[in-house]
Amino acid sequence: MSEEIKADKVMDLKGMPCPMPVVKVSKGIKEIQVGQVLEAVTTDPGALADFPAWARTSGNEILKTEQGEGTIRFYIKRKV
Amino acid sequence: MKETVLEVQAANETAESILKLKDVQQQIDEIKSKLESLPKTTRENKLSMIVFSGDLDRVLASFIIATGAVAMGMEVVMFFTFWGTPVLRDKNKKAGEKDLMGKMFGAMLPKGACSVKLSKMNMAGMGTAMMKSLMKKKNVASLEQMIAMAGELGVQIYVCEMSMDLMGFKREEMIDYPNISFCGVAKFLEEAINSKIQLFI
Repeated sequence: MSEEIKADKVMDLKGMPCPMPVVKVSKGIKEIQVGQVLEAVTTDPGALADFPAWARTSGNEILKTEQGEGTIRFYIKRKV
Repeated sequence: MKETVLEVQAANETAESILKLKDVQQQIDEIKSKLESLPKTTRENKLSMIVFSGDLDRVLASFIIATGAVAMGMEVVMFFTFWGTPVLRDKNKKAGEKDLMGKMFGAMLPKGACSVKLSKMNMAGMGTAMMKSLMKKKNVASLEQMIAMAGELGVQIYVCEMSMDLMGFKREEMIDYPNISFCGVAKFLEEAINSKIQLFI
């Protein structure tokens, strides 16, 4: 079992389709400090590809991706 | 005797190499000044888009790409031209005096984002209405909402002055958008040259 990741901010993006999850997360990540962790929950299946693409481009890091019943939970570390 | 000859030879060689060095230095200086006078053409992390279409589906796609690009950390510039121009009219604003052709175009073209139609399956407006209600049900942002969000995110909009003039649109009938200005093709090209991505929609 991997250790629990403690999030500094949680964003509920359930029910939002493209492009809202990525737009909201790119705003939300600016509200935490570099090194802190943002937890984002989405129901958009496209986010599985979109979030990693966004993280690579913006220079942030996805620490963990959890897939639940119709939801996807991302733990994103602000790096820049 | 032999030594003097050698010394003279050595002195000649030194003089020659100094001359060569000076030559090289001169060439370097020339290249430097040429480099400085070159126009700035470095590609920025920017997306330039021409929105030529006035179809609901295409314009919606343009704004989805635009807002997505801002999220990816890009600067975004949108140029509205031809059929794209009436999408930016404000349905609540009056334009003032217009000539006959201007009045005709004004009446026949959509008045703002709420009255643009699908490119396919419009079916006299039924298809578009169905698509809009479906979008609402599925929580997809409407075109008006997307435009507002783009404004909030700092997407720059340019409107083609020539299209405005051709269709008889006045600046005072366009939407209140934070970063809207009017320009010609040269402004678009300047932005496009410096952009990593250019799209025509």
